[in-house]
Amino acid sequence: MTPKRILVLGIGNILWADEGFGVRCVEALNAGWEFPPQVTVMDGGTQGLYLLPYVQEADCLLVFDAVDYGDEPGSLRVVVGDQVPRFMGVKKMSLHQTGFQEVLMAAELTQKLPAELVLVGVQAEQLEDFGGSLRDVVKAQMVPALNIALDWLEKWGAAGRVRDGLSESITDNALAMDVYESERPPAELAYRLGDARFLNMETA
Amino acid sequence: MAAYETQGFKLDNSGKRVVVDPVCRIEGHLRVEVNLDDKNVIRNAVSTGTMWRGLEVILKGRDPRDAWAFTERICGVCTGTHALTSVRAVEDALNIKIPENANSIRNIMQLNLQVHDHLVHFYHLHALDWVDVVSALKADPKATSALAQSISSWPLSSPGYFRDIQNRLKKFVESGQLGPFMNGYWGNPAYKLPPEANLMAVAHYLEALDFQKEIVKVHTIFGGKNPHPNWLVGGVPCAINMEGTGAVGAVNMERLNLVKSIIDRSIEFTEQVYIPDLIAIAKFYKGWLHGGGLSSKNVMSYGDIPDKANDYSAGNLLLPRGAIINGDLSKVHEIDLKDPEQIQEYVNHSWYKYADESKGLHPFDGVTEPSFVLGPNTKGTKTNIKELDEGGKYSWIKAPRWRGHAMEVGPLARYIIGYAQGNKEFKDPVDALLKELDVPVTALFSTLGRTAARGLECQWAAHKMSYFFDKLMTNLKAGDLNTANIEKWEPSTWPKEAMGAGFTEAPRGALGHWIKIKDTKIDNYQCVVPTTWNGGPRDHKGQIGAFEAALMDTPVAKADEPLEILRTLHSFDPCLACSTHVMSPDGQEMTSVKVR
Repeated sequence: MTPKRILVLGIGNILWADEGFGVRCVEALNAGWEFPPQVTVMDGGTQGLYLLPYVQEADCLLVFDAVDYGDEPGSLRVVVGDQVPRFMGVKKMSLHQTGFQEVLMAAELTQKLPAELVLVGVQAEQLEDFGGSLRDVVKAQMVPALNIALDWLEKWGAAGRVRDGLSESITDNALAMDVYESERPPAELAYRLGDARFLNMETA
Repeated sequence: MAAYETQGFKLDNSGKRVVVDPVCRIEGHLRVEVNLDDKNVIRNAVSTGTMWRGLEVILKGRDPRDAWAFTERICGVCTGTHALTSVRAVEDALNIKIPENANSIRNIMQLNLQVHDHLVHFYHLHALDWVDVVSALKADPKATSALAQSISSWPLSSPGYFRDIQNRLKKFVESGQLGPFMNGYWGNPAYKLPPEANLMAVAHYLEALDFQKEIVKVHTIFGGKNPHPNWLVGGVPCAINMEGTGAVGAVNMERLNLVKSIIDRSIEFTEQVYIPDLIAIAKFYKGWLHGGGLSSKNVMSYGDIPDKANDYSAGNLLLPRGAIINGDLSKVHEIDLKDPEQIQEYVNHSWYKYADESKGLHPFDGVTEPSFVLGPNTKGTKTNIKELDEGGKYSWIKAPRWRGHAMEVGPLARYIIGYAQGNKEFKDPVDALLKELDVPVTALFSTLGRTAARGLECQWAAHKMSYFFDKLMTNLKAGDLNTANIEKWEPSTWPKEAMGAGFTEAPRGALGHWIKIKDTKIDNYQCVVPTTWNGGPRDHKGQIGAFEAALMDTPVAKADEPLEILRTLHSFDPCLACSTHVMSPDGQEMTSVKVR
């Protein structure tokens, strides 16, 4: 039997604080573990339809993302199967959220939706900090989130092995979390707030 | 606001106000408000970007060679084109020359992006403004087959094929899961296609969805990492090894053959599916020639696709460069991105402040200081605006001007400029299309013209990929395998201070990045993106922007279903992800429309 093709996708915008959770997770997963060849670990960033081919080719899809359920910041959620599209993406901040829902819908329309879907999401604490990185409560959930992913991968017949030596980074080195954080310009040079004052949609 | 006249439009905001928010089908951060007169004709239009943008500020102090990686994260649509613009800006500042192979590969990637973006835009973001999906359920598959075979030799055209598509659609609709089709105003009288044409278009919507993923593989081959391709100041980051067979990084003959095959299939799909569909649809809408806006007056293109490497003059750029003002097609003006008198951004009606707002600022001197102040006639509160006051500040987008003029950018601008220059590659296909549709050349200045120009450009770009592929192969076979110039890679080789501008023609229009480098770090970085040109607000003189102008004088069939507004705005392929910044209001799938 051919092994199930597995896509592990991290989505989100690393430039908006906790929005970067998904990408940081796949970065860490790739740095720490090696997987059998049927597994692709991918930084999906804020890409929309560009991700469709990878989603269509997968039998099992695991997505890391920042989400908004109104939980305590830093709460981890695992959402499986049919439940996934509805909860994708942080409600108010996510550039990719509709984008990724479209991707899943497009995969379904073309009759190539992965048979198994898992979303590992964390409740964001801070999004309105442009150029910022993950907050501590969110960063602290990376390890538990990776463990959940590793369990799913094992269940799907693709157990990870602790990596021996250095990996090739899946994001550009300039964007790696430590570089990104340490080279951040100071607040007096670079205004960090953007969205406290955006126009809300009328709900009335 | 008292009624006034600007750029040939009479603005009057006394009629009932309609608010559409968000406008975009996928990346929604654009809101428009219009006033209708008692005959439901648009007499005032207000376009606003509802998010703050701040990419420039986080680049301060970083390594200029890394700027592309950040700019690539601005947007989920124009990834590569921002990266290309960024490396060009740095190369311009540091006077770095790239090898011919790098130029060919960059052009293939940029053209590939054009083809992909235009195709996806037409079928997945724009077609549903013209195509009534629900009406397709009523189509006769046999008649649909006859229609399809009468306009194209595309093989997927049997009655059985269309019956299958119809059944799939039926299942989808019956499951209540309309998904991407949920936003439609199905049954609106502004839809003009017969059911069979609707069914054919839906079939091609699905085919394009499957085909588009093939196109982007070119980016994987040359750009390495996916889905964020790698870029390199000084060239392209892929080595070429013609004899190589294994994977290990280098692009080999097998990979190049795959590129060739993707190019050929792109040409085929564009010519046998996209263009015939465009013509078929246009024939039913040629009586609807609204939405021209600024296109008959002021259009601009920076130009792109340098034939030879490192020459960015108009004569060497295959996509036309220049500006037309006041509708005078006999004169195409030269553009200089570095001339402080030409491109300037105004903030009189934008939520930023300048020390002196009577003047615009050139991007080299750009200032991005937020100032969220609402005009006195705003209705609602700061966090819940019911109606904007366009007499005050009303958008997070700045108002860029070229020599004081509001300009339209994008495929239609490029085609008008190419046409005005008498460039056969642009003029001949336009003339042929006008003849086929039996409409005068002025029909070009319309929403339909914008949509048609995009299709023609998709075809043009597919063929130009082929041209640069052949050029690349000739060069490689002659033994030149060089893809990068790293002479000035080390910052120690750079001057203490340098400044440069990089530009591309993104699918949706002219894109520029301006960089100042000081002590080997980024000192200032400014982007002026296409949707800033098109979607920007009024300026110090009250002149309206391209979106606003395009909406003027359009009749709306049903005020609470502003299909005509969406149709015209979508024809610009707006992408506000970068013209303002990240936010999608409340994750609502439905566009909200308020009529007062």
